[in-house]
Amino acid sequence: MPKGKIVKVSGPLVIAVGLPGVRMYEVVRVGKPGLIGEVIELHEERVSIQVYEDTSGVGPDEPVIPTGEPLSVELGPGLLTSIYDGIQRPLDIIRKKVGDYITRGVDVPGIDHEKKWEFNATAKEGDKVIGGDIIGEVQETTTTVHKIMVPHGIEGKITKIKSGKFTVEDTVAEVKNDKDSGAAKVTMLQKWPVRKQRPYRDKHSVSEPLVTGTRVIDTFFPIAKGGTGCIPGPFGSGKTVVLHQLAKWSDADIIVYVGCGERGNEMTDVLMEFPELKDPRTGEVLMKRTVLIANTSNMPVAAREASVYTGITIGEYFRDMGYKVALMADSTSRWAEALREMSGRLEEMPGEEGYPAYLATRIAGFYERTGRVICSGTGEREGSLSAVGAVSPPGGDLSDPVVQSTLRMVKVFWSLEAGLAYQRHFPAISWLRSYSLYLDNVREWMNDNVAKDFMECRNKSMSILQEEESLQEIVRLVGLEALSMQDRLTLETAKSIREDFLHQHAFDPQDTYTSMKIQYRMIKIIIKLYNLSKDAIEKEVDFSGLTELKVKEKIARMKFIGDNEESKFDEIESEMEKEVESLIKSSKV
Amino acid sequence: MQKEYLTVTNIAGPLMLVEETEGIKYDEIAEIVLASGEVRRGKVLEINKDKALVQLFEGTTGLNLNQSRVRFLGRGVEFGVSPDILGRVFDGLGRPIDDGPEVIPEKKVDINGLPYNPYARDYPSEFIQTGISAIDAMTTLVRGQKLPIFSGSGLPHNDIAAQIARQARVVPSLDEEDKGKSGEKEKFAVVFGAMGITFEEANFFINDFRKTGAIERTVLFVNLANDPAIERLATPRMALTAAEYLAFSQDMHVLVILSDMTNYCDALREVSAARKEVPGRRGYPGYMYTDLSLIYERAGRIKNKKGSITLIPILSMPEDDKTHPIPDLTGYITEGQIILSREIHHKGVYPPIDVLPSLSRLKQKGIGTGKTRHDHASVTSQLFAAYARGKEAKELAVILGDAALSDVDKKFSAFADGYEKSFVAQDVYEDRGLEKTLTIGWKLLSELPREELKRLKDEDVEKYMK
Ligand SMILES: Nc1ncnc2c1ncn2[C@@H]1O[C@H](COP(=O)(O)OP(=O)(O)OP(=O)(O)O)[C@@H](O)[C@H]1O
Ligand SMILES: [Mg+2]
Repeated sequence: MPKGKIVKVSGPLVIAVGLPGVRMYEVVRVGKPGLIGEVIELHEERVSIQVYEDTSGVGPDEPVIPTGEPLSVELGPGLLTSIYDGIQRPLDIIRKKVGDYITRGVDVPGIDHEKKWEFNATAKEGDKVIGGDIIGEVQETTTTVHKIMVPHGIEGKITKIKSGKFTVEDTVAEVKNDKDSGAAKVTMLQKWPVRKQRPYRDKHSVSEPLVTGTRVIDTFFPIAKGGTGCIPGPFGSGKTVVLHQLAKWSDADIIVYVGCGERGNEMTDVLMEFPELKDPRTGEVLMKRTVLIANTSNMPVAAREASVYTGITIGEYFRDMGYKVALMADSTSRWAEALREMSGRLEEMPGEEGYPAYLATRIAGFYERTGRVICSGTGEREGSLSAVGAVSPPGGDLSDPVVQSTLRMVKVFWSLEAGLAYQRHFPAISWLRSYSLYLDNVREWMNDNVAKDFMECRNKSMSILQEEESLQEIVRLVGLEALSMQDRLTLETAKSIREDFLHQHAFDPQDTYTSMKIQYRMIKIIIKLYNLSKDAIEKEVDFSGLTELKVKEKIARMKFIGDNEESKFDEIESEMEKEVESLIKSSKV
Repeated sequence: MQKEYLTVTNIAGPLMLVEETEGIKYDEIAEIVLASGEVRRGKVLEINKDKALVQLFEGTTGLNLNQSRVRFLGRGVEFGVSPDILGRVFDGLGRPIDDGPEVIPEKKVDINGLPYNPYARDYPSEFIQTGISAIDAMTTLVRGQKLPIFSGSGLPHNDIAAQIARQARVVPSLDEEDKGKSGEKEKFAVVFGAMGITFEEANFFINDFRKTGAIERTVLFVNLANDPAIERLATPRMALTAAEYLAFSQDMHVLVILSDMTNYCDALREVSAARKEVPGRRGYPGYMYTDLSLIYERAGRIKNKKGSITLIPILSMPEDDKTHPIPDLTGYITEGQIILSREIHHKGVYPPIDVLPSLSRLKQKGIGTGKTRHDHASVTSQLFAAYARGKEAKELAVILGDAALSDVDKKFSAFADGYEKSFVAQDVYEDRGLEKTLTIGWKLLSELPREELKRLKDEDVEKYMK
């Protein structure tokens, strides 16, 4: 292959000449240390390369060697429980090889090529297959069966297939068709270019919520399986904690967590905590369904840009097996900033805030890769890929171009409010500014799987919270005394919704996760008390009596009621009825 | 003998262009010999064919085009480390300025360091007692954390930093089962990086370290207000290179104080402007987040290593504005922030820490049973809530008059005053143990009606509120 030559080095940007025939997004090895780079612009002779490793000590006249391949990830058994850098190099292996620091030029495959897996053929000789069809399975972790699929581009009749112990490079099946002369060999390893969306047969509209166990999300602003969401907010407002909560408790089959340009310790936190945590539904260790991608803020900037694509490609691959995959990216702002930095060095015409004009297209392209799909291959296998991105706007200002471009794409907006975080109301998701466009999609599922009146309770609570806002305005102007008893009840109830329901402590072992069933019981109790009180007020019961109900103490503690203690909710309900009843009685005498 | 170039063709701001070069590498250092014989140092910011763009740490004043000779050294900026750096004072570029002997380095290390592999990190979880109640109780510092002080001009951040440096130590928990245990004998060091602070400020630290004998285990890098501004870009990296050596080669627990990061960022802006880069917010470059994280992320712990680096950067918020890019980007990288308040300072309270917007994100992993005391989390959460409510009540009283407050609100209002006066406030030389801190907290809370204190547990109330 022809060798090119460096002419310019400016941080992560290298310009080279002498590379005729090199293609856009092709991977090249840069300079004497052989750094990994990717072609991002072609200008006649000059080739612009973004380099995924530190370029210190590299200079003009050093060689650039094309590899002929686009930036790709390796897909196959061994992905789960891994922790990768932005370009799918396993960080645990890097540590074994070069120690505690990340040095340059380390070459390691994304998945272990030597490990033998027990392959169970599920197709047989003579079966006709096309790309995407499942021909076998590997029990990758105790929670997850890795489906081995025919790579795209291969189709025909299986001429050979056998179960047994294989490495990912071994041939497990051969597929032959009339057009080609030889048989295509199928291994358990696929390579896929990260910037190219993996195909599917059909996209469907979403219908099932991704249950996260976070009450303000599931009950108020749900995200669907296959849906998209974003969580913008100033520093310290709780983006990472919310994303960690999603990664821990969401009812997805597979989690891909991308730490993009954020703190090293947060990745360590996940690494140390996940192996200790158990899935509330299956009792299995959470790490076993998780893939981590960590390109922290002090790691090379260009790889930050690649990390979200690496993540979403891995997500698509598991989706193709028919799994429900959820991806979290913390933070997409750092990805956008990496784009901006490269764009600046390329001396492109800057758009808003210096971001390149193609920022919105890139963001759209990323979220477009989500969805609920019918997977490629024969049959009606359904998979979904959801994505949630944190956004970190300067000063928490939502007019930031990354926030705005993201909001145009995603369907759920969890707006973090500095004021709430400041009061330590967590999660600091604003109930007034946030929205979910999936409410109609998930309504039926909620009706069938939670309760018929669940959405009704939800909507009632929402309107009480909205009313609170305007009532508070009045209180500020003329004082509480000016309000009617009914209005004061609204305020009391809103307070209860905020404190007893929305407020949720991520670090409390019980409060951290609430099942849909319990969420329903909780919100229902609050609304029931509201209705009972309303009724009582109409019967001229003294309002202060209603604020001093003994049962309120229990309502304040209902977040600590476990899934197996549902009867406690019945007790609260009947106690509530009795207490209000006796108030009504005593006010009559 | 390296090649010398006499081909400087352009000088602008802190930058200089050298042409007709050969074999120059990105990020290597250059030595520039002026007509006077003075030697300055710079580093290659960009290399385009035979043209090298060099940033001069000591500025370009006095440089001319045809008499400046430039040599490229074929390596990055380095600092020579050895155990002998302890007790020494260096300038912002790592040259000794304390009349001591030359340091004979054990090895020379590139000051940019290398990123820690996230897989190699150990999560910080050991409580550091600073002896300052507002920090220990409310915004707890743990070993390996990066926790900045957001300050403003004229506020006593230096006194606080010096007090932390004097008093910080790891202590056994106060639980029954840990009673009588003494803190482990461990090796400590302080690394101080001064960027653009005044001579008086620097002297204050040096004298304070001398007085307490701490100087023996301190390394200072000093770039003063009248020292070259661009040199400041190297100073925190020098400091952290020294810290990494002490922590991970010498098993020491190192506290790094960097003051003032605002001056550092201004130097960064100066270079960016000279390069005519597209300016970001308020003229600071778009890559400032990345640049700062390369500094801040060097704090931490590494698995199987004894030492640690705890980092306290100090920055003054221009116009006390927390959303200014310097505090904003810092907050996006660090693990919390300690915010000083001018209002509290004006009340005569030292340290004027406003606990409400302050936060230690690693607190919950560093406190509680076995670490500090089992009631630490609940009592401080209650103190926080009560103080917030007290402040609210006071605000209300300002608008509507005292009469508008309910009796309970009046109690909370009084609590807020008491909290500032006897909990937050302490002497610069008072090393207040956590036990005493918590006792004061409980005492203050006991003035409030029990039914208002929902975050306290009954058994703790029984035990501590008498
Ligand atoms: N649900 C929660 N329960 C309890 N505490 C929380 C919760 N959410 C956030 N916090 C508190 O707020 C702190 C900051 O949260 P987090 O790290 O998620 O902020 P962030 O928005 O990701 O900030 P940054 O943009 O700087 O990364 C946490 O360390 C924790 O103390
Ligand atoms: Mg975060």
